[in-house]
Amino acid sequence: MAEIKNYTLNFGPQHPAAHGVLRLVLELDGEVVEKADPHIGLLHRGTEKLFEYKTYLQNVPYFDRFDYVSMMANEHAYALGVEKMLGVEAPERAQYIRVMYAELTRILNHTMWLGAVALDIGAMTVFLYCFREREDIFDYYEEVSGARMHAAYFRPGGVSKDLPDGLLEKIKGFTERFPTYVDEYETLLTENRIWKQRNVDIATVDKEAALDWGFTGPMIRGSGVEWDLRKKQPYDVYDKMDFDIPVGVTGDCYDRYLVRVEEMRESNRIVRQCIDWLEKNEGPVKVEDYKLSNPRRAEMKADMEALIHHFKYFQEGFHVPKGEVYQAVEHPKGEFAVYIVSDGSNKPYRMKVRAPGFAHIEALDYMIRGHMIADVVAILGTQDIVFGEVDR
Amino acid sequence: MTEKLQDDIGMSATPDAVSAVASLREKFGDQVLDSSQGMDCPVVVLAREAIAEACHYLKNEQAFEQMMDLCGVDLLEMPGWSSTDSPRFEVVYHLLSVSKNERLRLKVGVNERELVDSVTEVWSTANWFEREAFDMYGIIFNHHPDLRRLLTDYGFEGHPLRKDFPVTGRVEMFFDEAQWRCVYRPNEVQERVLVERTWPGVDRG
Repeated sequence: MAEIKNYTLNFGPQHPAAHGVLRLVLELDGEVVEKADPHIGLLHRGTEKLFEYKTYLQNVPYFDRFDYVSMMANEHAYALGVEKMLGVEAPERAQYIRVMYAELTRILNHTMWLGAVALDIGAMTVFLYCFREREDIFDYYEEVSGARMHAAYFRPGGVSKDLPDGLLEKIKGFTERFPTYVDEYETLLTENRIWKQRNVDIATVDKEAALDWGFTGPMIRGSGVEWDLRKKQPYDVYDKMDFDIPVGVTGDCYDRYLVRVEEMRESNRIVRQCIDWLEKNEGPVKVEDYKLSNPRRAEMKADMEALIHHFKYFQEGFHVPKGEVYQAVEHPKGEFAVYIVSDGSNKPYRMKVRAPGFAHIEALDYMIRGHMIADVVAILGTQDIVFGEVDR
Repeated sequence: MTEKLQDDIGMSATPDAVSAVASLREKFGDQVLDSSQGMDCPVVVLAREAIAEACHYLKNEQAFEQMMDLCGVDLLEMPGWSSTDSPRFEVVYHLLSVSKNERLRLKVGVNERELVDSVTEVWSTANWFEREAFDMYGIIFNHHPDLRRLLTDYGFEGHPLRKDFPVTGRVEMFFDEAQWRCVYRPNEVQERVLVERTWPGVDRG
């Protein structure tokens, strides 16, 4: 009888299905994965160290670069955290704008996820369909912030600018079109035989394991735990929104797919509610305290005080009282949180980012054991890994 | 235990109205060094020896099913900190109870070369978070199954998030034509400070 040895396979770091830079050392028995050892950190940029050398305002753009497919959702956690430490609340209009953009970001993230995963598993068309919608949302990003992706739009104390004229109509048009687009994705995938063969009963995670491994977001909801921070610990105006939380049953890749698709529809509903409110109500979009936000341009030209405030705000930044806060938001991928420790100065003393993907990819070894090597990409895909946030 | 709680998550809290902090005080007595209500959630400072047992208790008796975050903090440059009366590092745990919808922050002080018990056997997810804290601060976790570096390069020296580690790093990597491979050399980049760290009310002249 031939001697059978375990085989070690190096997957990545430059594998197209690795969703970035992941080196995965797989121990194989034939085609069955016995053990997986993810080596992360190839995209580690030391952001947490850099935070300590930047003022609170300078730190905003770094948040776009954590999870670089859901930019504004990252900023949301940071803006809320700093606001909580300062003891201020953003004006209502700013909160609605933030919720609207956070939900557009969720759609942005889920379409990216769906396209990339379908492509990994072999369905090219979905990728093209999804990117069509992503372009629309990038246009809305660009209109408010000037940048297609790394917006730096949510600031502590509100948002940087009010919405430009005509933007709400465009987004409204998008929300009217979008449900039919989701139907299109579902026609391509939901009952697709190959899609089901690749996803049903792959990487089943039960409730106990999902809690133990620190799963959050669609990963834990796919396992049947009804947990959504937007409902359970609402922030901004989520408590005024009417939406449902989709929950899976078996906790396999297919359930997580269904949860994410349903979340896109729910996000679309939230965006529409925000548009309705924003069309009817005007108001400031950032706190009026010029220690914490920049004065209007016109005011600055005529008023000495405003000029000083402007200079101080952008140069020295604002001081945050001594203390610490842990602020979590329901990011498209799960619980994204910042833990800010302040020593009372204009720069954070320590800022830790809790990335949902970090906990998810840690459980990769647990999820992958006993599956075939071809399932590795399906499981990596279902976790919705983005290395910007995992490596930080 | 969790099975029962899971079925009605968010519907009802656990029957006992006693808060987790109070019961922790009752059970661990002197080992609870300090407790307070933070801006976002209760904060409990524990003795280093008690952490693993306290975490077991919190997970099994107080329904903190999830550990959301674990991180180190270096207190070296914290105003008012001195090495004589408090340890240099802090390990901060953020726990979440899905069934009670509660959060809790635990803190443990630790000096260099002291060991903190690992909580990996309580929550599997702690494994990598502890590896990261070890990598970034050099905090050593006792009984950890696999305490390797996580985020830094293979063969990296030092612990980058310590306050005495320069932001520019100590070495830089470049490609050496002669040897046809990447090599490290001491860093020549000068550290620049563009905006000073300031405190309110301090006149900078």
